[in-house]
Amino acid sequence: MPWTRDQMAARAAEELEDGFYVNLGIGMPTLVANHVPEHIDITLQSENGMLGMGPYPTEDEVDPDLINAGKQTITQMRRTSYFGSDDSFAMIRGGHIDMSILGAMEVAENGDIANWMIPGKMVKGMGGAMDLVAGVKKIVVLMDHTNKAGEPKFLKSCTLPLTGTDVVDMIVTDLGVFGRPDHDSGFRLIELAPGVTVDEVRSKTEAAFEVAV
Amino acid sequence: MAEKLFQSAQAALDGLLFDGMTVMAGGFGLCGIPEHLIAALRNSGVNDLTCISNNAGVDDFGLGLLLQSRQIKKMISSYVGENKEFERQYLGGELELEFNPQGTLAERCRAGGAGIPGFYTKTGVGTVVAEGKDHREFGGETYIMETGLVADLSIVKAWKADPYGNLVYRKTARNFNPVMATAGKVTVAEVEELVEPGDLDADCIHTPGIYVQRLIVGKNFEKRIEQRTVREAA
Repeated sequence: MPWTRDQMAARAAEELEDGFYVNLGIGMPTLVANHVPEHIDITLQSENGMLGMGPYPTEDEVDPDLINAGKQTITQMRRTSYFGSDDSFAMIRGGHIDMSILGAMEVAENGDIANWMIPGKMVKGMGGAMDLVAGVKKIVVLMDHTNKAGEPKFLKSCTLPLTGTDVVDMIVTDLGVFGRPDHDSGFRLIELAPGVTVDEVRSKTEAAFEVAV
Repeated sequence: MAEKLFQSAQAALDGLLFDGMTVMAGGFGLCGIPEHLIAALRNSGVNDLTCISNNAGVDDFGLGLLLQSRQIKKMISSYVGENKEFERQYLGGELELEFNPQGTLAERCRAGGAGIPGFYTKTGVGTVVAEGKDHREFGGETYIMETGLVADLSIVKAWKADPYGNLVYRKTARNFNPVMATAGKVTVAEVEELVEPGDLDADCIHTPGIYVQRLIVGKNFEKRIEQRTVREAA
């Protein structure tokens, strides 16, 4: 049976290491915060200018001056620091953030990612996505294996405008996990969701990959 | 000391505005936006503005007010997803739009304020953002050149100020405000509270007063929340 969204988030959370500074993208990646293993301590960065992002506030704690990059109200922690947008992206672009977990519309077998624009539809903008994929040490993509039409999202090459080239290190989908040890290597299927077969993954993937499960 | 404190947003903008000017506005979403100065810009009727701001507000608040009144000719932003009027004007060809990656936008402001005309960044290499830009290799990696931004006017929102224009921001309402304060030929700040000289800890000032030419104290900040997310109290 394919993984649920929470199970996917929990699988992505297994990639976290103690002491990591992590930026979570908007949408499904925010669920990863609920699945951080007990023995692991991480600090969440929010690119609008905060390290040490806490949980949603109670009704009494809501503060309009305290939001995350998804514009949701949040809380601060004992470790929290605030800074301006230039500092925030200096730490992102400068390679100080250990991992970013992002959603994607498409990923290509060479590590290209497209997650900001569908031509012909309203263009919302890339926000911080291009900076994150260019600067963060490890990029983990969390996405459904196929789109709403049932077509593959892990492709030979992306068809949508790119967010970055050769930047993705790992892909967690509802069917399994693809990883690669470095950017000179191709992706390998390293894990399957329970009951999912290699053949099923192959039939729903356009990208070339080695099987290492 | 030249008097920096003005009695109203309208008075603080007097003599600074002209059609076709470039305006930087601090804020992230609706958090930390100079809401009184935006309202005063709208009331001034100044036209053909190029607005540099991470977002474009919502239909009826923030920079959305200036879109509604058709005072903006061009936006330079990283994300404009919350604004239907923006979408309508853009798709109708009435509004120019330049998307910058958020970090590139912030660094362009920083560079502009720091007298740096251009810089190289990895962000956007291999994407539409890189089209037409100078590419250069450093240490085997490809970078693109981006230029610094300077605005005719920067409007920013801070929490506290002293009469010298030293500013302190609060929590994530800081965002683009301090960097934009450095990149305006003239910077006007609106604050929630004016304190006496010496009341701000000199070690903890976020924007030194040299960057701030004019100041107002805003009343009744609306501070609208876009996504009110809460958890149950334990």
